[in-house]
Amino acid sequence: MAIPITYNLRNLTVRKTTTIMTALGIGLTVAVLVAVLALIAGLKQAFQATGDPLNVLVLRKGATGEINSVVTREVFQDLKFKPGIARNGAGEPMASLEVVTVINLSSDANPNGMNVTVRGLTPMGLEMRPGVKVIKGRWFRQGQREVVVGKSTAKRYPEAGLGGKLRFGKGSWEVVGVMDGGHSEVNSEIFGDLNQISADFNRTESLSSALLRATDTSAVPALVNSLNDDQRLSVTAETERAYYDSQTNSGAPIKYLGIFVAAIMAIGSCFAAMNTMYAAVSRRGKEIGTLRVLGFSRASILTSFFFESLLLAGLGGILGCLLALPLNNVTTGIGSFATFSEIAFEIRVTPAVMAVGLGFALLMGALGGFLPARAAAKKEILTALREI
Amino acid sequence: MVRYLPLVWKNSLRNRRRSILTVLSLAASLCLLGLLLALYHGLFMATPTPAQALRLITHHKVSLAHLMPVAYRNKIKSLPGVREVMTMQWFGGTYRDARDPANFFARFAIEPSRLFTIFPEIELPPDEIHTFQTQRTACIAGRDLANKFHWKPGERITIVGDIFPVTLDLTLVGIFDGDPANASTLFFNQDALYEGMPAGSALKNLAGTFEILAASAADVPRIATEVDAMFQNAPEPTKTETEQAFQLSFVSFLGNVKAFLFLIFGAVTFTTLLVSANTIAMSVRERVREVGILKTLGFTNGSILGIILGEAAIISLVGGAVGMLLAEGLAAAMRAGPAYLIAVKTLTIGPGVVGLSLALAVVIGLISALIPAANAARTSIIDSLAYSG
Repeated sequence: MAIPITYNLRNLTVRKTTTIMTALGIGLTVAVLVAVLALIAGLKQAFQATGDPLNVLVLRKGATGEINSVVTREVFQDLKFKPGIARNGAGEPMASLEVVTVINLSSDANPNGMNVTVRGLTPMGLEMRPGVKVIKGRWFRQGQREVVVGKSTAKRYPEAGLGGKLRFGKGSWEVVGVMDGGHSEVNSEIFGDLNQISADFNRTESLSSALLRATDTSAVPALVNSLNDDQRLSVTAETERAYYDSQTNSGAPIKYLGIFVAAIMAIGSCFAAMNTMYAAVSRRGKEIGTLRVLGFSRASILTSFFFESLLLAGLGGILGCLLALPLNNVTTGIGSFATFSEIAFEIRVTPAVMAVGLGFALLMGALGGFLPARAAAKKEILTALREI
Repeated sequence: MVRYLPLVWKNSLRNRRRSILTVLSLAASLCLLGLLLALYHGLFMATPTPAQALRLITHHKVSLAHLMPVAYRNKIKSLPGVREVMTMQWFGGTYRDARDPANFFARFAIEPSRLFTIFPEIELPPDEIHTFQTQRTACIAGRDLANKFHWKPGERITIVGDIFPVTLDLTLVGIFDGDPANASTLFFNQDALYEGMPAGSALKNLAGTFEILAASAADVPRIATEVDAMFQNAPEPTKTETEQAFQLSFVSFLGNVKAFLFLIFGAVTFTTLLVSANTIAMSVRERVREVGILKTLGFTNGSILGIILGEAAIISLVGGAVGMLLAEGLAAAMRAGPAYLIAVKTLTIGPGVVGLSLALAVVIGLISALIPAANAARTSIIDSLAYSG
C-alpha cells in the first residue's frame, strides 16, 4: 500500500525554511539553464522565421554567406529562367537580385558601433517577402537615397529611427520607414534600392545573392539541384530555411558555456538535495518505524521518500522557471560570424524550454533523493523506533 | 580561541556524511566561481606579454569581412614609431571536408620575411625559418595543430578557397612552439595566395588586417590614432587597436559577456550561500542539547558562537580547496581542448583567483552560520537541555 502524498506535502511544509532554501538552490540552477535555453530558442525562432520554405537562396560557389558571395547580373539573367521558378500576377519570374553589405552604426551605449546588414533589393524582392510590413512611414522609392530600417535596429540605434539620416557608402541616406518582419532577422536589417546601394559600394555588376521562389514545395529540390549542377553558373543553391538554420550556430559558444555552468551547478544542488533528504530521514526515524509497524512495506517507504525528494526538486524547478520568466520577450543581440553583423532577437521562455528546466530539476531530485530514500527503507523497525 | 580548534575539528567530523556532502556541494559551486573569476581575469584584466604590448592590429572599420588595399601597409610603415608592418589575411577555405567542424582551423596568409619580427615569441629553428622564407608554397603550423592532424614536416596540405577563388597546395616546412595564442594556427606565404589568384580578380590587392609592431609601448596609443586619422576619409576607413582589445572585440561580439558572467557569478554565489546556510542550520538544530551541556560546563556564549562559526569556516574552506583543485583540473582540460578564445587557451587558476575564491568561501560560510550560531549561543541552558529535536 502506498503512503498518501499528503504525508510528504505536510513534511515539506513543516520544515519550511529547509524546504525553501533547498528548493531555491535547485531553482537558481534551473533558472540559469532555462535562461540559456530561452536565449537559444529565441535565436532559433528568429532564423526560422526568416526562411520561407519555398524560397531558394543562390550564392557564388564556395561562398559561406551572402556577405562574401558574388552573383553577377549576367548569371542572374541566366538563372531567373530556370524551370520551377514561380511567376507573379504580372507574369514575371519571382527572382530577386540582391546586394548585401555590412555597415557600422554607433550608439551612446556602444561607441565602437555594432554592425548592421544593409540589403539592396528591387520591388520584386519586397514582393517575395510578404511577411515584411512597413509599420511607420513608407517603403523606399526606386532611384532615391532612401532606406527602411528594421524595427529592432531602429529601437537600438536612435540615429536610425524614422526621419533620421544615416551615413554610409558614398553619402547620406534618409530613413523613410520602419519595417516589421515578425520575428525574422529582417528586424535587424536595413533595406534600400538595389541600384542606389550597389552603386555606393562599387558593385553595380557584381552583386551578392539571388532569391528565387519555387512554384511549389515539390519543385524545390529539382530547382536546387539544377542550379547546383549547372557548371556554367558556378553557384551554390539551398533553401532559405536551410541557410538560416546553419546560422543558428552563432549562439553555440553561449549555449555551451551555459550548459557547462548549469551542469556544475546541478552537481552542487544534487549534493545539497541529498543533504536535506538525509536530514529528513534521520529526523524521522521514529515516524518511519511507526509507518512500518502500521504495515507499510519497505518499498512504499522508499517510494514515499523518493517522491518527497522529487516534490522538493519539482518545487525548485517551478521556482527556477518563474525566476527566468521575466526574461521572456526581452530583446537582445548577438553577433554572427556568418554575416559579421548583429542579429537582434527576443528571448523566448517557451513551454518546451520550461519543460526541460523542470525535467532537469526532477533529475536532480531523483539523483539526490535515491540514496536517502534507500537508507530510510533499510531501517530496522526496532532501531528506528528507538531513535530520538 | 585556538585551544577550541580540536573541538571544532571533531564537531566537523561528527556527521561525516553531511560534512562530505556539504563539502562536495560547496566544491562544485566554488569550482565554478574559480573558473568564472579566472575567465574574467583572463579576458578583461590580463597583463599583456611584452611582445603583445607592442602589437597593434589595423582592420576595416566595418568588419573583418571588408578588405583594405595592401598599399596601406607602406603608408602605415612610414609613420614615426612604427618598427614593422605586415599584411595578414584570413583565408577561410576548406581543409578535407567542411562538414566536419573538426577540420576547421585558423589559416593566415602572411609575409614570412616579417612574421618573426612581429611575433618574436614564435620559436622555429633557423634553417626552417629560412626554408619558410624562400619557398613560395611553404607553410608552418603551431604545435597543437600539427599534433591534432598528426602532421610531420613535409606534409602536403591542400586548402580549397571560398572567399578567395584559389586552391592552395602547401608544404609544411616547420612546426613552431612558444606562442600559445597561435598554437592552433597555420601561417603560409601570402605569395601563394596573391599569385594564385586570376589576374583582374577584385580581391587581388586587398588585405584584411595589418599587424603593426611599435618601437616602444609609449608609441602604441599614438600610432592607433594616427593610422585611423590617415584613412578617415578614404573609401576604406580603418580601425586600429591593440592586440588585446582586438581579441576582446571578438568576445563582445558574442553578446554582453561581462553581464552574462556577472549574472552567473551572482546566481552561483547565492546558491552557495543557501546550501551552506541550510547545512549549518541543520547541524546546529541537531545539537541544541549539546550546546546546553557545553554551557553547563562553563563555555561562554562567545566561545559557543566561535565554535560554531569556526566549524562553518572549516567546512567551507575545505569545500573551497577541493573546488580549486577541481577548477584547476577543468582548466587544464579546457587548455587542451579546441581554442575558441585565446583566454580559454591560457586559462589558469592563479594565486589571486585561489585567494579570492577561498576568502569568498569563508565569508559565505561565516555569513550563513551567523544566524543559527547566534541563536544557539543565546538559548538558555534550561531551554536547550529540554529541547527534544
